Amino acid sequence: MQDVENIVNGQKLFLKPEYQEVFKNKKQFESNAGSTNPDKVIEIAKWTTTWEYREKNLAREHITINPAKACQPLGAVMAALGFENTMPYVHGSHGCVAYFRSYFTRHFKEPTPCVSDSMSESAAVFGGLSNMKEGLRNCKALYKPDMIAVSTTCMAEVIGDDLNAFVIGARKDAEGELDNTPIPAAHTPSFVGSHVTGYDNMMNAILQELNMVEEGVEVEKDAERINIIPGFEPYLGSLKEVKKIASMFSDKIVMIGDHEDQWNTPAGEYKLYAGGTPLAVAKTASTAKATISLQRYSTQATAKMIKNDWKQTYATCNPIGLGGTDEFVMKLSELTGKPVPAELTKLRGQLVDAMQDSYPYMHGKKFAIWGDPDFLLGVVSFLVEMGAIPVHVLCHNAPRKNWEKEMQAILEKCTFKEECHIWGGKDLWHLRSLLFTEPVDFMIGNVYGKELYRDTKIPLIRIGFPIFDRHHLHRYSISGYEGALNLLTWITNSVLDALDEETKEIAKTDFFFDSIR
Amino acid sequence: MTTETLLSQQEAAIAEVLAAYPEKAKKSREKHLGVDMPEGVKGACDSTKSNKQTVPGVMSQRGCAYAGSKGVVWGPVKDMIHISHGPVGCGQYSRAGRRNYYIGTTGVDTYVTMNFTTDYNEKDIVFGGDKKLKAALAEIDALFPLNNGISIQSECPIGLIGDDIQAVAKGYKKESGKPTVAVSCEGFRGVSQSLGHHIANDMIRDEVLPDNSYKKDFVSTPYDVAIIGDYNIGGDAWSSRILLEEMGLRVIAQWSGDATYKELTIAPKAKINLLHCYRSMNYVVRHMEQEFGVPWMEYNFFGPSKTTESLRKIAAFFDETIQAKTEAVIAKYTEMTDKVIAKYRPKLEGKTVMLYVGGLRPRHVIGAYEDLGMKIIGTGYEFGHGDDYKRTKDELSGSTLIYDDTNEYELEQFVKRLKPDLVASGVKEKYVFQKMGLPFRQMHSWDYSGPYHGYDAFAIFAKDMDLALNSPVWAHTKAPWESN
Repeated sequence: MQDVENIVNGQKLFLKPEYQEVFKNKKQFESNAGSTNPDKVIEIAKWTTTWEYREKNLAREHITINPAKACQPLGAVMAALGFENTMPYVHGSHGCVAYFRSYFTRHFKEPTPCVSDSMSESAAVFGGLSNMKEGLRNCKALYKPDMIAVSTTCMAEVIGDDLNAFVIGARKDAEGELDNTPIPAAHTPSFVGSHVTGYDNMMNAILQELNMVEEGVEVEKDAERINIIPGFEPYLGSLKEVKKIASMFSDKIVMIGDHEDQWNTPAGEYKLYAGGTPLAVAKTASTAKATISLQRYSTQATAKMIKNDWKQTYATCNPIGLGGTDEFVMKLSELTGKPVPAELTKLRGQLVDAMQDSYPYMHGKKFAIWGDPDFLLGVVSFLVEMGAIPVHVLCHNAPRKNWEKEMQAILEKCTFKEECHIWGGKDLWHLRSLLFTEPVDFMIGNVYGKELYRDTKIPLIRIGFPIFDRHHLHRYSISGYEGALNLLTWITNSVLDALDEETKEIAKTDFFFDSIR
Repeated sequence: MTTETLLSQQEAAIAEVLAAYPEKAKKSREKHLGVDMPEGVKGACDSTKSNKQTVPGVMSQRGCAYAGSKGVVWGPVKDMIHISHGPVGCGQYSRAGRRNYYIGTTGVDTYVTMNFTTDYNEKDIVFGGDKKLKAALAEIDALFPLNNGISIQSECPIGLIGDDIQAVAKGYKKESGKPTVAVSCEGFRGVSQSLGHHIANDMIRDEVLPDNSYKKDFVSTPYDVAIIGDYNIGGDAWSSRILLEEMGLRVIAQWSGDATYKELTIAPKAKINLLHCYRSMNYVVRHMEQEFGVPWMEYNFFGPSKTTESLRKIAAFFDETIQAKTEAVIAKYTEMTDKVIAKYRPKLEGKTVMLYVGGLRPRHVIGAYEDLGMKIIGTGYEFGHGDDYKRTKDELSGSTLIYDDTNEYELEQFVKRLKPDLVASGVKEKYVFQKMGLPFRQMHSWDYSGPYHGYDAFAIFAKDMDLALNSPVWAHTKAPWESN
């Protein structure tokens, strides 16, 4: 029973003897296999750690277990929230939107605006046009957005709703209420690609909608303007950091799809929309001399459109780690024609100094890492720069073309390259087998690594998306020199934490429990 | 605030939100909003429309049929593997999103927090995914030999492209001898997660309850009961179970938090089914009554008043021995909960609360707040039906704003107008109200604390409400140089 002087929640309540008795009582009703036969559980648990199991596991083709990816419309919601006063609108059942909002809300610990047009059985039969007609009007009336960014769900895609015709129809139906509201629409079927594909499709749709380029008409270019598209970026600090670096070169470099403020609003008052690229700025994106994408694989369709239609320089830079940031900085210098500011050189020097201070703790340490394609290219290159060994690099949503080649090129530079493996299209249950058979010292990944941590005891360093079970990591940067310093700090200190843990046993291992590391 | 002022404010709030809608949506929404009081004439609880299509284009808090079946009813069954059949998203977003606690070796004999999906791609949509599903079932059995069954939870495309998952499940069940159930809970079905509960219940009725393999060796006692409709959020079913055991009953099954397949099948052996979440599981207890003659009874374990009332109601079904034991249990815990109330009521007395949750909670938790001297001034269901609202009327103690399937716009306006001291709702709403400097508790998941069911759990509830309302952090909202 609770002690009123010391009320405990479930974590400790259920350890009390009377609850342990309840669990024991329950066992008899549970089952014949599994839970009531501990020997069998131990036997199978052991078997799941073997090479035999690994081979069986890696051979599976039909079931995916613990994926490391999500579906398209989630990315579309992020892309939409990068624009000022824009409401993401999902054409489909509201169940999907409930999931997207919860998912982002749990990661950022911030509200996530997004509406759906609540399609159900009747829409499945008759199509979702009437939902869209009413939905766009209600959305405009209640939430007063300046732009409504429509994406689709697998339901709308399977029944084959004619998205563009629907938007035109809804606009006509709205008696003028939607006249001055851009409504970009993107097909984002959940059964194609992943959330990064959805980001790409929505970004592409928004930019096309706002920058109607008529065929044969040459757009007048602004000789100084440069766009930066961040990609599916869960680190708000990275957005800030990139803008800071860009501003050191020119105030005519703008971020297109800037969702930093939307998920970092101050206490005091709730506002539906916050920050975002102003539509006026986004509307002139095609007049820029160049666009830089920070994530190649989150912006493939967008890149194609910009290169073909806008006819401007298009570059990809991935400013994670030292080399990645160097490239980004040099690209900015090249495009602006300005030398690298002394301040950046100093920041770089400070980072390198820190890397040289800490390297012994990362050198030769083995890592398993998973996440989105561009995230991995960046963080793995940083591991390699530090002399660490990315033993297992797992990308569930690796694109069919080029990604593995690009990753291989990074691993070629690794001092221990023969120990590194790329696992494209694999999930986290595959990784579990890899970790048991070819263990590593540390894992880097999202919240779903926590079960791998429990099973394998390999420490998890939480870097990636989503992270639900730790607070405020998304506020930091993983991009730029300061971002690299964050990566260095998180990883090195995790190594030191593990070292302390291993050496804390009194009179046994604590001869190495040093105060000086 | 007098009842009259509160009432007029509530009515004004409704008029205000309705004014913002275009005509068609307004006509629909006004049927879902109203005010009710415990006494007197027909109020909103009798007239409110519910279980209707959500107005398109709003930020609804509702989920879908898949969420109702996979997330609520089937997902917590721990020794079965639940496949999210279709594209990757649904399984990923619902993965470990509800705190359905269980004990077991995950990945070996229990699977609740894992995500199994057929990860549909374009080819599957074009050519159908039945073959892939069948092959997936075999792969699962090869890798997880201790699973006690598989459920297939369909996502939207499955029903739309017309895959025959029922046939695949039947075929595989025959081949493997293992329980294999296909649940056609596509997200577009119905208007909310509610239909998913119903569909999920129907599959338990058709595919699980007829299984006699565990029933035949089952030795009954006169005191066998089953807990139905407790999902063990934060361990709720455990803190409920202990009370039933202490009063001399034997809990033979727990649906479906921390449940096993066997517990699903032996529930009809109970002398009575004890139903907590009426909305999600009334269908199947009605069936068990009809088919197996097992009576059922609703109970409410939120707050000591309701818990005590429910324990007595349950005991009345049994003999005097049980009744005497029950009184002893009540006496023992009342001493503790009285102390909890003495400690926390002075800090919470008179505070007002607005609720917006799913399942049974919009009415069930009212008593728990009242035990702490708090007052509910607004409540509503995400996916309730007419009978839920009728049951709510009995719980009201004053003028209460009733809102069915309310959305973020309305809720925000209601809160701004009525200025409750606490908002208790879900994660999507949490930060909206915290931004305003309003204390908030998640009443879907107990905000990573809990349990909240039963007497021990009430102590946690009281402590959590105090933590929410009396935290110093709310006082920091305005900068000292900002005027009020």
